[in-house]
Amino acid sequence: MRTVTFMAAVLAALAFAVPHVAVGQANLEINTPAINALQRSMQQRHTQLAPLYASGAVGFTRDGNIALRDAKAVPLAQRQQVNALIAAENQDRAALYREIARANGHPEWESDIRTTFAQRWISRAQSGWYYQNAGGQWVRK
Amino acid sequence: MMAETILRRAVLLAAGAIVAGCVTINIYFPAAAAEKAADRIIDEVWQLKDGASPPAKQPDAAPGETK
Repeated sequence: MRTVTFMAAVLAALAFAVPHVAVGQANLEINTPAINALQRSMQQRHTQLAPLYASGAVGFTRDGNIALRDAKAVPLAQRQQVNALIAAENQDRAALYREIARANGHPEWESDIRTTFAQRWISRAQSGWYYQNAGGQWVRK
Repeated sequence: MMAETILRRAVLLAAGAIVAGCVTINIYFPAAAAEKAADRIIDEVWQLKDGASPPAKQPDAAPGETK
């Protein structure tokens, strides 16, 4: 009889454990004020970055950032402005990866999130845009 | 009596294994979920989804106006 009671308790514990597993596999939390603000900031900057991606001046690095690929594609007068754009974008990206990891209670996921984004930015990039392959060489999509 | 003890230990062990597995799943990086999250954010930043821009609904939705 005691065994039956004990097994019922185990079953009850399992009933709690199963949804817990499901939560672990569900969507990541990306709807926080910090993440939304970063998203908006990057969205606004994208109108300035898109022509630079198209001209090949700026490309996507394999570590989830962007970088100046071909300085000659930018008129000398604009180079400083482009460098500032790149720096601001990379700052937002770093904050975005960090915030997603934090919002999900796992700050240690930051580098995994960065790696995931690095792959997704590249595979969603338009054809003609440049990215760094695994060996670090620039490739045109 | 002996059999009952063994059964109890076996159940306890199984429960322990399942709880440990549960913890493990939460520690491992959820790659598929992260990919989905990345795609949703990229859609927003690059404005890749047509439905993402609300201005499409503006003309017939002036506040307080009914036709």
